[in-house]
Amino acid sequence: MTEVCIQEEDFDAGTLQRELLGDDTSIGATAVFIGCVRGEPGAGQGDPDAVLAMELEHYPGMTESSIQAIVDEARSRWKLQRVRVIHRVGKLLPGDQIVYVGVACGHRGEAFQACEFIMDYLKTRAPFWKRETTPVGARWVDARASDDSAAARWQATGE
Amino acid sequence: MIKVLFFARLREQLGVGNLELSPEEAGTTVAELRSRLQARGGQWADALSADNLLCALNQQQARGDESITAGDEVAFFPPVTGG
Repeated sequence: MTEVCIQEEDFDAGTLQRELLGDDTSIGATAVFIGCVRGEPGAGQGDPDAVLAMELEHYPGMTESSIQAIVDEARSRWKLQRVRVIHRVGKLLPGDQIVYVGVACGHRGEAFQACEFIMDYLKTRAPFWKRETTPVGARWVDARASDDSAAARWQATGE
Repeated sequence: MIKVLFFARLREQLGVGNLELSPEEAGTTVAELRSRLQARGGQWADALSADNLLCALNQQQARGDESITAGDEVAFFPPVTGG
């Protein structure tokens, strides 16, 4: 099973859950994160900040290798039976699923931690760029300092 | 030749997604390549002066002081916003 997939197609959490478990009965916990496209940051219709659609650009090749490096680093920190990361690219609409991170391992603590670790690093290291279409035009989404600090705390604590 | 790629907002600002440069044109390091591109002036000077720009050499995140040679792929891009 390929651990990292970049694709335009949607994904099905139920199918992925069965693949994550397989027939490995040593797995005692799975933690899954699914991110979706947020539609309306403001209130009401006619909001100029309302997100009508989102376009995801990426750097083919580096995207896959950078996420694989993050998964490998997670594997060096926690004993993980299976990991799967799917990130969609292309045009997406509000409510659409955009990213899936699934981790299967022995216990819940490491499952939660590894899933969050992978997501935090993906946000700051994987070369994706979001472009939102709003009622007043298209704009590139700016990076958030809070994402950097979320990734940095894994270095501060060593876990 | 050295392949140079630009992504997202930077690609739009420059109006170009990729370039092929000879090693003589590109210079000897990632940082030198960047300053040579800035020296083209206009939008090249503006867009490539952003201090939050990231760069990659052969699809690995780079600092700038890495040497470049023929066959290398260098990319410049804004901070990432995936997930």
